[in-house]
Amino acid sequence: MLPEVAANDPTAVLIDQLFPGAITAGKMDLGELSLTIEANQIVEVCRTLKEDAAFERLSAVTAVDWWPREPRFEVVYLLHSIRHNARLRLNVRVRDGEAVESVCPVWRGANWYERETFDLFGIPFRNHPNLERIMMPADWEGHPLRKDYPKHGHRYSYRDE
Amino acid sequence: MIEGKAHVASLDAEHELAIEDPSGLKSPVEEPSARRRLTLNMGPQHPSTHGVLRVVLELDGETIIKARPEIGYLHTGIEKECEAKRYQQVVPLTDRVDYLSNLNNNLCYSLAVERLLGLEIPLMAQWMRVMLCELQRVSSHLVWLGTHAMDVGAMTVYFYTFREREEILKIFEMFSGQRMMTSYIRPGGLALEPPRGWHKVVSRAVEGLVRGVEEYHELLTANPIWVNRTKGIGMLPVDVLLDLAVTGPVLRAAGVKTDARKDRPHSSYDQFDFEVPTRTANDVYARYEVRMEEMRQSVRIIRQALEGMPNGAWQADAPHILLPDREKMKTQMEALIYHFKIVTEGYRVPAGSVYQVVESPRGELGYYVVSDGTANPHRVFMRTPSFGNLQALGAMIEGVLVADAIPIMASLDFVLGDTDR
Repeated sequence: MLPEVAANDPTAVLIDQLFPGAITAGKMDLGELSLTIEANQIVEVCRTLKEDAAFERLSAVTAVDWWPREPRFEVVYLLHSIRHNARLRLNVRVRDGEAVESVCPVWRGANWYERETFDLFGIPFRNHPNLERIMMPADWEGHPLRKDYPKHGHRYSYRDE
Repeated sequence: MIEGKAHVASLDAEHELAIEDPSGLKSPVEEPSARRRLTLNMGPQHPSTHGVLRVVLELDGETIIKARPEIGYLHTGIEKECEAKRYQQVVPLTDRVDYLSNLNNNLCYSLAVERLLGLEIPLMAQWMRVMLCELQRVSSHLVWLGTHAMDVGAMTVYFYTFREREEILKIFEMFSGQRMMTSYIRPGGLALEPPRGWHKVVSRAVEGLVRGVEEYHELLTANPIWVNRTKGIGMLPVDVLLDLAVTGPVLRAAGVKTDARKDRPHSSYDQFDFEVPTRTANDVYARYEVRMEEMRQSVRIIRQALEGMPNGAWQADAPHILLPDREKMKTQMEALIYHFKIVTEGYRVPAGSVYQVVESPRGELGYYVVSDGTANPHRVFMRTPSFGNLQALGAMIEGVLVADAIPIMASLDFVLGDTDR
């Protein structure tokens, strides 16, 4: 069921026709449309958007931690269409430990962004070509951008020195 | 030549056997061998990486077979730090993300917060922001040009560009008291009133810039060494560049006309007359041409701002967000109360999320700010142009000579602080 705010958006209508039920929610925030997509359909939806709706670019992939709410994470895909001068946000809600399908086969540029999201939030991406830490050292414990990860008090903290 | 190579190969026992091959067809010299490959660490302390970037190169002689950029050496957790700060305290952190385009980062964050707050900015403040951001663009391009030329051996250009850059930094110091970490653009307007006599100083600096850009043009554009070192290298197909999240001058040098200042005009950019330069050659030289032209266009914008700077307030009328005037604080009770409230608890921002894009000197700079209705941002994600552009480095330098990798890296114009945050 297409949410009301997205009913007039041709891109949202297109996705809803091809993948009924993929859009679970929609929000219009200050003139920017964001659609919540069913986690298991994100790659197909992205491929359709790239090939049929001219979203040539994936600006970034990131996440928002809504701890202690469940599902905890919101993976955010920032899409950009140069041809139509349009921007679109896709959200995928996942629980802690749940994996999301990687969109690297659609946009190669998702590689580093998904690595960063994995590194800082601990969200694994399935079928990612090289899912390693990118910002933190390889032997780092924990994922710093999680809300339950302390800003100070980690065992590497230099606060007491 | 061949004798020399045979000598190297003869150190290898396996190859010695091959030399004794009576047919003589199986030459050990020409045969590519995985054992002869050399893995070389370029960086993290290498002057041409412009910061702490490490590129693991796999070499076959002088040719790069595989390149793996490693980042994270400058990761300072700015995004985590933002979540612990109040909205107004985040501004100085945004300076430190991309330390060559501080004002663009200030502007992007401020615009995002202002949109969440629903705040209107007076026209004069908007124009002042535009003027300063264009000065910042020129100063960033000057650093790029100077270091780029130095990387390929033209030392002189560096001194010239830093001469003009110094004038721009003096302007920033005059406006904000700081040369680089200005924090001058803040949610609600500007941090301080524009100083007396700014018009004259900026006008003089612009004259110097025009002369300077022509000087660099004469030094480099037709310089045979510069042309030979930059033409025909670093090319990637346009669809690959788009795929790899490359933005800014690198993308425009490949013929894709996209610029956030034109696509989504903010801060009354639509009132200025300027062009978005593009080239189709797609190589390092085309990127040079695009950035040179961008400097000329920025000068054009600054001149328009100087001519038509509107009168009016430099801050929005929002006492609950902006710190009151010092003098008012001493005489008016309300001003003192607002000051106390802002300093002790900050201001609440309505819940919501926004992705604000501006055109930084390096490309698409975006701030994704999520508010949960409190005085601290719930999440600040910085979509930095260097991170996206650096992803293309591996693909760009694979198959080229090591010597060509240096100008290619310089042409991407990344800032490691911007990459690692």
